[in-house]
Amino acid sequence: MDGIGIQRGKLAFVLLVFLGLAAWPAVAGNYGVDLVGKIMISSIFALSLELLVGTTGLVCFGQAAFFGIGAYAAALLMSQSGSSSLWWLLPACVVCAGLYALAVGALSLRTRGVYFIMVTLAFAQMAYYVVHDTPLGGGTDGIYLPGKPGLGTWLDLDKPLAFYGFTYVCLLAVFGFLALLLRSSFGRALAGVRVNEQRMRATGFSTFPYKLASFTISGAIAGLAGFLFAVKDGVVNPELMSWHQSGAVLIMIILGGLGHLRGALIGAFALALLEEFFKSEAVFGAFAKHWHLGLGFTIILSAAMLPRGLVGIPALWRERLEGRARALDAKSSSKEGIREAVV
Amino acid sequence: MDIATFLIQCLNALQYGLLLFLVASGLTLIFGIMGVINLAHGSFYMIGAYMAYALAPLVGATFGGGFFSTLAVGVVLSVLFGYALEWAFFSFLYERDHLQQVLMTYGLILVFEEMRSLIVGDDVHGVDAPPTLAGSLPLGELMTYPVYRLFVSGVCLLLAAGMYFVFTRTRLGMMIRAGSTNREMVQSLGIDIKFLYRLVFAAGVAIAVLAGMVAAPVSSVYPGMGNTVLIVCFVVVVIGGIGSIRGALLAALLIGVVDTFGKVLLPQAAGVLVYVLMALILLWKPDGLFKVG
Repeated sequence: MDGIGIQRGKLAFVLLVFLGLAAWPAVAGNYGVDLVGKIMISSIFALSLELLVGTTGLVCFGQAAFFGIGAYAAALLMSQSGSSSLWWLLPACVVCAGLYALAVGALSLRTRGVYFIMVTLAFAQMAYYVVHDTPLGGGTDGIYLPGKPGLGTWLDLDKPLAFYGFTYVCLLAVFGFLALLLRSSFGRALAGVRVNEQRMRATGFSTFPYKLASFTISGAIAGLAGFLFAVKDGVVNPELMSWHQSGAVLIMIILGGLGHLRGALIGAFALALLEEFFKSEAVFGAFAKHWHLGLGFTIILSAAMLPRGLVGIPALWRERLEGRARALDAKSSSKEGIREAVV
Repeated sequence: MDIATFLIQCLNALQYGLLLFLVASGLTLIFGIMGVINLAHGSFYMIGAYMAYALAPLVGATFGGGFFSTLAVGVVLSVLFGYALEWAFFSFLYERDHLQQVLMTYGLILVFEEMRSLIVGDDVHGVDAPPTLAGSLPLGELMTYPVYRLFVSGVCLLLAAGMYFVFTRTRLGMMIRAGSTNREMVQSLGIDIKFLYRLVFAAGVAIAVLAGMVAAPVSSVYPGMGNTVLIVCFVVVVIGGIGSIRGALLAALLIGVVDTFGKVLLPQAAGVLVYVLMALILLWKPDGLFKVG
């Protein structure tokens, strides 16, 4: 397949995914709609990290803090103000997460590599302990949201379908925004930072503002995902900010394949559906409670066999086919060579 | 705080710090020398603690021995385990991206935890200290300090000294250090680097397992204990500077002191102190205290 064909294939894949998600409530029951709604929230969360890790090359191990701050901001702002209008609540939550990301980024971007990973973890743990150990966040029990936000009469997020639709629109908007961002000169500069920061600096880019902007945008998008999560569950607790959450989203995007927006989507869906599969008692019976085992082995296998993640499967296939074709060519040409020699 | 309490807290801090150092030293070696981020390292600590619990009756039945024969059997098993693990899961990861290693070792954590749940169950267990070390020493007029905790610190110090000796004074240590600097060059000098790596990995696993076994009577044995220790050990490794044994020792003692005294003096903020410390140190020295290379 030629380059344009591959590009079209990717576009068709993304369009199909979004069409399928739009059509899903028509065919699925309540459980299915709920599950996919949850996965779409994870997808937004994963996309936020993909911007940092896959595009800018900054591995953040504290993404859950921004997610949690988005969620906690929703709970606190709603109960403090008594208003539940989405108009100001959603932007306020996103801005809260973005501001924390701006502060964390400004400090932690002084370090690199594994040190950066650990500093972002440290700041996430600080946020975790603030909501866990101070009266602000209600301790381990967390806080209940006083109601569901909405827009007057024409959007009530308490209805499952309305919430599904709203999450879908958010996912679509985030995906579209990031796709445009990556194609802009800003996105190119971020990719440049990932590939070779030294050279970027030598060509006259001051890379720090780019990295900081990327970090802040990523935190804000994670805050959006956290906001949706809080609205969906109606309750927030400190576990939203725990490092397990940061680890899980990192695993999602690595599993899906780094460096591609659709990798984040694929990873979020793959991890959630695998979990659902190994947990199902219909398939595994009593063994289903040991679902970690199956999931763990699947992850190990994928790490061993798919160095580019799930997104790399078509490319792997193409290479294998081309390799086979080349081997055939080589074989036939060597036969011809022998024939010529004989003649 | 009177002087006896202070002394006891100092001893506790020392013991906790040294224990952290044991686990973290394997992590920093595997990371610094082989360039592998091993998230499953905390699981080895967990496996060690569960071994101390589950192996004791088995070893008692076959060898008739007590705590120390359990330790010996555990170390032998863990070396074999580490050797096999490196061969099966890690040997092809060296050339790969760090994040692929993260994925692989994350899968290993899930598998280890679930295996543990299948074999030993999900209950919390206590392990008794050996009778010879079960007493306590009087400290001041009212306080006592358990002998076993002193024994833990002693074992850790001994191992730390042993490691230091092997690394700086032996031919093997020289080859390992050379291998971490330039893998190809060492290989072209006729040294089997793959075997060397496997050895380092097995040693790292064995030390973590031993730390878990020794810690079991102090900390009790519970599911998820590996993950808790893993994060703290990563903190130790980066504060100390990746690959630096000296740095890991210093950082581990620092964390031990901050954590222990934090719990006494500032109990509301005890959990977060370690992370504040790490953030401050890394903002001051972005490559850890002792940078290698």
